[in-house]
Amino acid sequence: MILTIASGKGGTGKTTVAVNLALSLMSQRHDGKLLFLDCDVEEPNAHLFLKPVITRREEVSVMIPQVDPIRCAHHARCTVVCQFHAIAALPNVTLVFPELCHGCGGCTLECPEQAIGEVPHTIGMIEEGRVGPIDFAHGILNVGEPMATPIIRQLKGRIRNDYDVAILDAPPGTACPVVESMRGADLVLMVTEPTPFGLHDLRLAVQVARDELALPVAVVVNHDGVGDTGVDEYCTAEGIPILMRIPLDRRIAVAYSKGTPLVEALPEYRDQLCQLFASIKQEASA
Amino acid sequence: MKQLVILSGKGGTGKTTVAAALAHLACQDSSIVLVDADVDAANLELVLSPQVREENAFFSSKVAVTDPELCTACGTCEEVCRFDAVIAPDERSDSDPYSIDPVACEGCAVCHYQCPAEAIRMEEPQDGLWFRSDTPFGPLVHAHLFAGHENSGKLVSEVRAQARKMASAGEHDYIIIDGPPGIGCAVIAAATGVNLVLVVIEPTVSGVHDLERVLGVTEHFNIPALVCINKSDINLETTLQISDYCARLNIDVVGIIPFDTVVTEAMVHGRPVTAHEDGPVTEELRRVWERVQASLGTS
Repeated sequence: MILTIASGKGGTGKTTVAVNLALSLMSQRHDGKLLFLDCDVEEPNAHLFLKPVITRREEVSVMIPQVDPIRCAHHARCTVVCQFHAIAALPNVTLVFPELCHGCGGCTLECPEQAIGEVPHTIGMIEEGRVGPIDFAHGILNVGEPMATPIIRQLKGRIRNDYDVAILDAPPGTACPVVESMRGADLVLMVTEPTPFGLHDLRLAVQVARDELALPVAVVVNHDGVGDTGVDEYCTAEGIPILMRIPLDRRIAVAYSKGTPLVEALPEYRDQLCQLFASIKQEASA
Repeated sequence: MKQLVILSGKGGTGKTTVAAALAHLACQDSSIVLVDADVDAANLELVLSPQVREENAFFSSKVAVTDPELCTACGTCEEVCRFDAVIAPDERSDSDPYSIDPVACEGCAVCHYQCPAEAIRMEEPQDGLWFRSDTPFGPLVHAHLFAGHENSGKLVSEVRAQARKMASAGEHDYIIIDGPPGIGCAVIAAATGVNLVLVVIEPTVSGVHDLERVLGVTEHFNIPALVCINKSDINLETTLQISDYCARLNIDVVGIIPFDTVVTEAMVHGRPVTAHEDGPVTEELRRVWERVQASLGTS
């Protein structure tokens, strides 16, 4: 089962739920292999709690054009076909802007002189390793690079059929990196908080997962007890199940601040999280 | 006219709370234009009660669409697409046309140019809306990226360009920008060309990790930065560590805001925290605004 943990709003507890769900399943000697992917490649945080032993690193690159100045006849076909303004044909020289290039290969295919080759441009890195029996990987976008999605795509290449469960920790927001983290999931679990901000962004995240991608969704209410009843009313009206509530608890916030996983600080949550997983399985197959 | 952007790296640290408070404090003796640059989860409008004056469509991305009449099912599009966006016909029949998954489509148009039957056209769907609104604190430019659409960075650039136009026409003193989380395209679009970045972080291991990355971005683009620690008493030891870290980088910590449920209370009431109460949080935010002004040379 592929489970994506998302939220819309940042700081609602995506990573807390994702990490502790994985740790709870591990401690329950969950039969079957577990994969954990941190897809928030702009600000990956899960490793701070899971403390994986990293065994392998690979660079992530996109193929960007390299113009052969001798063959280039300055037809400017590349500039016409590029949708991202990443290549500019000036009268005497053709310039490439690597940060704007999406790596589609269009200019290479279309150049009438076959003057454009491709070279890799590194935009980030994937680190993989293990947390006990859990296979772990996260992506890290290089500072100054804009495009997170290719890293998430490469991360997701690790999802294989022999994994019983793959848990994907998504970035906040609703734009392309979030879509990429949700695509192909069996269920998207939304972690929200019962505040106007939480509700507003939950609605948007549900639009992406349920309405655009046609995926089942379910909700975990975190920081339960703050704010108002808006999230509950919305979930009831939309028929979205609330599978777990985590109260606003200073002990949880303090443990989080130190990088201590919730189930280590408060082991009573282990059973609740295993119960959450059972409900998720049920919802995904419903 | 000075531009200030509030960033955080990590989400949910209090960017919007700080941005709304600074807007409320700033408008008392200056004129400001506000920007919500978190276009895929815009929250500033929830605490500024905007009256929408103008609504504009935003177009930026393209998406490939096949014409089933012209498609010869040769499979070229599938070969050239690097984004797994081409849906091949059912294997039972090889005359059925190919189609494109609009969500996976990057809009690169490679299939459009390479299709030998010229059966693929590029369409420009609407990607979102941007608004010019009035708030009690000054005009607000904000936007909604449609769910799952691309180009949030371009929409951020669009709202910032509109705000600059308004600010120079109306001789405003400040543009205050509520930024998106992360360090990618939307953040780069929100931060390039501003006079100052204010990073709002919380004293957690994630907050520290993300602070380092977001300060990497400000350094990369050579933008001066200040730091404000929110929910500081959740972990005083980490708050101290952050102060030391910032001191080493020569970055001023301009506010240490305690955790207080009045912040959520103010949000539920739909107003900036500084307009809601007069306790320690508001007091500290006043100090933050004074120090921001000092740093911008406008105090």
